[in-house]
Amino acid sequence: MNSEKKAYTLSILVEDTPGVLSQVARLFSRKGYNIESICAGPTRSPGTTRISVVAICDEAEIHQLATQLSKLLLVISVDVLEGEESIQRELCLIKVKADTREVREGIIQIINVFRANIVDFGTDSLVIAAVGTSDKIRAMMKLLEDYGILETVNTGLVALQRGEKTIHDQNKLKDEYNYGKNLH
Amino acid sequence: MKVKSTVAILECLLEQGVDTIFGYPGGTILNIYDELYDYQDRLHHILTAHEQGAAHAADGYARATGKVGVCFATSGPGATNLTTGIATAYYDSSPVVFITCNVTENLLGKDAFQEVDITGIAMPITKATYLVRDPETIPDILREAFAVAATGRPGPVLIDFLKNVTAPDVLIDYEPMERKEHIKHGRLQALTHRIGWDIKTPEPNHEDIRKLAEMVQNSEKPLLICGGGVVRGRAHEQFRALAEKIDAPVAITVMGGGGFPGGHELATGMIGMHGSQASNMACDNCDLLIAVGCRFSDRVALDPETFASNAKIVHIDIDRAEIGKNVRTDHHIIGDAKRVLELLCEMVEPMEHTRWKNFIFSYPKRVAYEDKPDQLTPQQVLETIRQIVPGDSIVATDVGQHQMWTIQHFNFDYPGQLLTSGGFGTMGFGLGAALGAKVGCPDKTVLHITGDGCFRMNGQEMATESHYDIPVITFVFDNRTLGMVRQWQNLIYHKRFSQTDLDFAPDFVKLAEAYGLKGKRVTNVQELEDAIHEALEWGHGYVVDCMIDTDEMVRPMVGGGQPITNFMLI
Amino acid sequence: MKQTISVLVENQAGVLNRITNLFSRRAFNIESLAVGVTDDPSISRITIIVDSGNSVVEQVEKQLNKLVDVIKVRTLDDDKMIARELLIVKVSCTVKTRTDIMNLCQIMGAKIADVSPNTMTLELSDTGDRLELFLSLLRPFSILEVARTGLIAVQKGSGKM
Repeated sequence: MNSEKKAYTLSILVEDTPGVLSQVARLFSRKGYNIESICAGPTRSPGTTRISVVAICDEAEIHQLATQLSKLLLVISVDVLEGEESIQRELCLIKVKADTREVREGIIQIINVFRANIVDFGTDSLVIAAVGTSDKIRAMMKLLEDYGILETVNTGLVALQRGEKTIHDQNKLKDEYNYGKNLH
Repeated sequence: MKVKSTVAILECLLEQGVDTIFGYPGGTILNIYDELYDYQDRLHHILTAHEQGAAHAADGYARATGKVGVCFATSGPGATNLTTGIATAYYDSSPVVFITCNVTENLLGKDAFQEVDITGIAMPITKATYLVRDPETIPDILREAFAVAATGRPGPVLIDFLKNVTAPDVLIDYEPMERKEHIKHGRLQALTHRIGWDIKTPEPNHEDIRKLAEMVQNSEKPLLICGGGVVRGRAHEQFRALAEKIDAPVAITVMGGGGFPGGHELATGMIGMHGSQASNMACDNCDLLIAVGCRFSDRVALDPETFASNAKIVHIDIDRAEIGKNVRTDHHIIGDAKRVLELLCEMVEPMEHTRWKNFIFSYPKRVAYEDKPDQLTPQQVLETIRQIVPGDSIVATDVGQHQMWTIQHFNFDYPGQLLTSGGFGTMGFGLGAALGAKVGCPDKTVLHITGDGCFRMNGQEMATESHYDIPVITFVFDNRTLGMVRQWQNLIYHKRFSQTDLDFAPDFVKLAEAYGLKGKRVTNVQELEDAIHEALEWGHGYVVDCMIDTDEMVRPMVGGGQPITNFMLI
Repeated sequence: MKQTISVLVENQAGVLNRITNLFSRRAFNIESLAVGVTDDPSISRITIIVDSGNSVVEQVEKQLNKLVDVIKVRTLDDDKMIARELLIVKVSCTVKTRTDIMNLCQIMGAKIADVSPNTMTLELSDTGDRLELFLSLLRPFSILEVARTGLIAVQKGSGKM
C-alpha cells in the first residue's frame, strides 16, 4: 500500500436524517484527521444526501475510513475517488472591492481568463462566481488579491468518477463493506 | 389495532422474547414504568442500585445467554450513568438494547432539567442510536434496534424516547408480528433490500475460503487464534473441529475464552501481553496465522510491525472494518465464523504437525507459581475454587491482576462461561455481569472474581444481589492495593507507588453482612475450602475475602509495544 | 422553515463535529452543508441550510457563537444574499440524444466536463432553483448520479462577515 499522504476525495451516499452528518464527521475527528473540505447536498432520489469529503491521509487510512463509514446504518454507499479518475470541481464566491472603472476592468479581464462569472454588481464591489479545480480557484484568488478581497466562500470539492462508473455500482469490496453493516 | 404507545413498547419487547429487564426509573421514563406495572407477570424487572450496574447486568445477561439484554434508564444522569456500561458492551460486541427517555419535544435542546443529548453522547459507543419523536415509528424502530443489536457483529444500540411520545393519551397503530417477519417490514426491509441482502445469512465468498484451504494445506507450522468472534458467533464446535482436523495449536485471546476448551491438548493458553510462553513463541514462529474473530488489539499484537513476522496472516472476521486495521494481513475472509469455519473444515484434508507441536509445547503453557508457606497465593485460591465448584460454573471477572490470573488458570469450555471486560477494561463490571448471568442462567453456579479495587467500584450491587436473592459467590483478591497498577509501578516506575495503596479499604465481610449477605475472610487454603463449601450449601449471596500478598505479580509479561517474545517477566 | 447560516471557524479537527451536533441535538435536519477554506487557509467558512421545523434557529446561532473555534456566525436573509450552488451530474446518452443534451447545456449555461460512449458528465453552477430546473430537464435522459455542493452565499453589497 502507498503510505504517502495525499488528498483523497470520499463520496458518501447517506440517508438524510438529523445526526447523519455528525456521525460522518465524528469518524474523521476521532482519528484526528482534519477534513480539508466537506459538502453535502441532495441527490436525485428524495431522502438521500451525497456527502463529498476531502481528507489528507495515506492509502491504508482512507480505506480504513471508507470501511468505518460503510458500517454506519445510515450510509448507503461509499466511494474513494482519485484525482486522475474523477472529475473534481468546487465553486467559490469571491467579493472584491471595485470602486473605480479601471479596477472593474482589470478584474473582468482576470475572470474572463478563468471563465468565471460576475453574479452581483455593487457600486463599490463585485461578487464573482468561479468553478474549477482547487488549483484553478487558488490561482485566480491570488491574482484578485491585489484588488482587495472582501470575503470568500467556498463549497469544497465535489467529485464524480469519470466515464460510466457510478457510486451505485456493486463490486466485491462493496459487498464486503456491506458485511460491515452487520445486519442480516 | 390502536394501543397506548407504552403498550406498544412493551409488546415489542415481548415479541423479541424478552422476559428480563434491568433498569432504574426516573422522571421522564415514568410512563413506561407505569405501564410495566401491568406487565410484571411477563416482564421481570430488576432494579439495580445504580444505572451502571443495570447496564453491566444486561450485558452479562446477554453474554451468558446469547440473547439480547435490555436495560432501562431515565434521562440526564440516568442516561449518562449508562455510558460506561454501553462502551463496555460495545468494545466486547455484546448485544444490548438500551432504552432511555428524554424530555418532551418542546424542551429538547433547551437544557431542561435532566436533559442530555444521549443519542449524541452514545454515538461513538453504539452500533446505532435512535431518537424517537414520532410515536407511530415505535414498533418499526424497536424491531430494527433488536435486529441491529443481535445480528452481524453484535453490539449495543440505544433508543431514546421523548417523553411526549410515551404520554398515556398517545395511541398508535400496533399489529403483533412474529420475529421472523420483522425483516420483511418497515425500515428493516428497506435496509436489507438496500444492501442487497437476502433474509438468510449472507454467504461468505467461497473462493476466499478455497484460497485459505490451500494455504493451510501448504503450511507446516500453522497457528489458530481463537478470538471473541468465536464466542459471540457460538462457533466453538466448528472451531474445535477445524483445529483437530488440521492439528493446529490454538492460542486464545482474553475475549476468546470459552471459544476453545482451555484444557484441550492443542490449546497453548492465552496470547499477548500476559500470554503464555507457548502462545507467544508459537505466534513468533508460525508460518501461517489464522485469526478468527480477533481484532489484533494492542494487548495481543503488542508491536504490529513484528507481530507474526514469519507468517502469512489470515484474518477471518464478520466486520470488514477490522481487516487491516491493526496489522497487515495477507488474506481475509468476511463472514460469520460458524459458516466460514464449517466450509473451511470441509475443504481441508486432515493433517499432522507433530514436530511443530513438540516445539511449541516445549514452552510452558502455564506459569509455575511457587506456594508460599505463610500466605495464600492467587494460584492456590484459583486452584482451590476450581477443585470444589462445578466445572461448568460461569465466571465473571473485573479488571486487573485477578482477571489475568483467572483467565490463565481456569479452563473455559463453552461460550458464555467467561464474562470479562476485555476491550474496554471496565473496573466494576464483574458484579453486575455476574448478577445478569445468574438471572439468565439460574441453573449454573456463578462466580464473581474481583479485586479489592474493583469491588469498591460497584459493590453497591450487593443490595440487588441480596434483595432479589441472586446467589453469586464473590471472591475478592484482597491485596490492599491496585495490583496491576502497582505491578507497573514496580517494574516500570521505579517502585514509586503513587496513589495505589488501598489499605484503608472497607471491611468486606462486614460490608457483605450489612447488605444482608454472608462474608468470610480467609488466609489459608483450609479456610478457603470451608468458605466455598459453606457458600455452595448456603445458596445465597456470599463474599469470600481472600487475603493475598501485596506484591504478587502477573506473569509472564511483555511490555506494551514490544515484540511478543520480549518477556520482561516469565 | 429553511434558513441559511454562515459560520467562520478555525480550521481544526473536530470543529465540524461540534457544529453538526448542535443541530442534531435539537433534531434539526441539515439540508445542505458546505465547508471550504477561505482566502486565509487557517479559517474555514461553513454554509449550512437547515430545516428547523417551526422552531427558531436563533438559539442554535447563540450556541454556535459560544464554541471556542467559532469566529463568527451570521444568518443570511433570502433577499439580501447572493447564493450559488454547484452541480455535477452524470447522464446516460446515445449518439442521438447527445446533441439534445448539449443544446440543453447551452440554454442553461452548463459545461460538459466529461464524455464517454454512453455517458456525459455535466457541471452547472447557479441558484438552487435553476439547478432543480436543469435536473428536471435532464430527467428524460436518465440521470445516473448527482453530486451537489450545497448552497454557498455572501451578503449583497460590499459588507463582509
